[in-house]
Amino acid sequence: MARMKFLCDAERCIECNGCVTACKNTNEVPWGVNRRRVVTMNDGVPGERSISVACMHCSDAPCMAVCPVDCFYKTEEGVVLHDKDLCIGCGYCFYACPFGAPQFPQAGAFGLRGKMDKCTFCAGGPEKDNSADEFSKYGENRLAMGKLPACAEMCSTKALLGGDGDIIADIYRQRVLTRGKGSEVWGWGTAYGPGGQKPPAAQPKS
Amino acid sequence: MRTLVVGLAAIVALGLAGCGEQPQVVQYKQGKYQGKPDAKPWDSPEFGGKQADWERAINTRAQHQNEYARTGPSGR
Repeated sequence: MARMKFLCDAERCIECNGCVTACKNTNEVPWGVNRRRVVTMNDGVPGERSISVACMHCSDAPCMAVCPVDCFYKTEEGVVLHDKDLCIGCGYCFYACPFGAPQFPQAGAFGLRGKMDKCTFCAGGPEKDNSADEFSKYGENRLAMGKLPACAEMCSTKALLGGDGDIIADIYRQRVLTRGKGSEVWGWGTAYGPGGQKPPAAQPKS
Repeated sequence: MRTLVVGLAAIVALGLAGCGEQPQVVQYKQGKYQGKPDAKPWDSPEFGGKQADWERAINTRAQHQNEYARTGPSGR
């Protein structure tokens, strides 16, 4: 069994926010918390690209490393989950995460932080599978039903792929070959642009 | 005299009983997950603990994301 992964194809994402809506609806995520969001780079500039971002379920997760109460654990399938009964809402994981995945609901007046909430890869948490307790704390446990995360399954253009890393890598590879592009679709140049490219923000100030 | 000694000993014993230090928090193990254990996804009623069945279901579902496989060669 390989590890569960998300992969977002920036060539396909149309910034419809269907994944965000699917996640919010499936897991009944509270107001003010977004487990998934769509980020657009160079918005409004020709050639803009969007990707859907949530917890990437890192192999060596920094949130796990910095948690002072060790409330994180990783399942056999490589999904990073946490126990909300242990979480103290300190926010260290938020600072450590390069993707801004950990979210904190407002739990009271004066911006008091609640317990951390993040994408679970629709795998629930350490409560009884698909119990009311699990749903209220972590959302739906679709993996236990043999289903994939709602965001990936709902994606209209199938830009967001989720599942076994080997399988989604194969799907993406087939797409790349079908598009007729070669090695240029991978790597540094694709992610950050060719060397010497002018930043798009170089526009006259009004 | 004997009653007085026994009485004093009892008072001292009772008085010191409040000084005992009992651990009031869980034993913390640095770097170890301290929370509740989680069940495996294939332990659900749908799969009855059969990991192979669960993996097959998940992998079939993952292939549904590949529209080239769904539509066949004409879809390319």
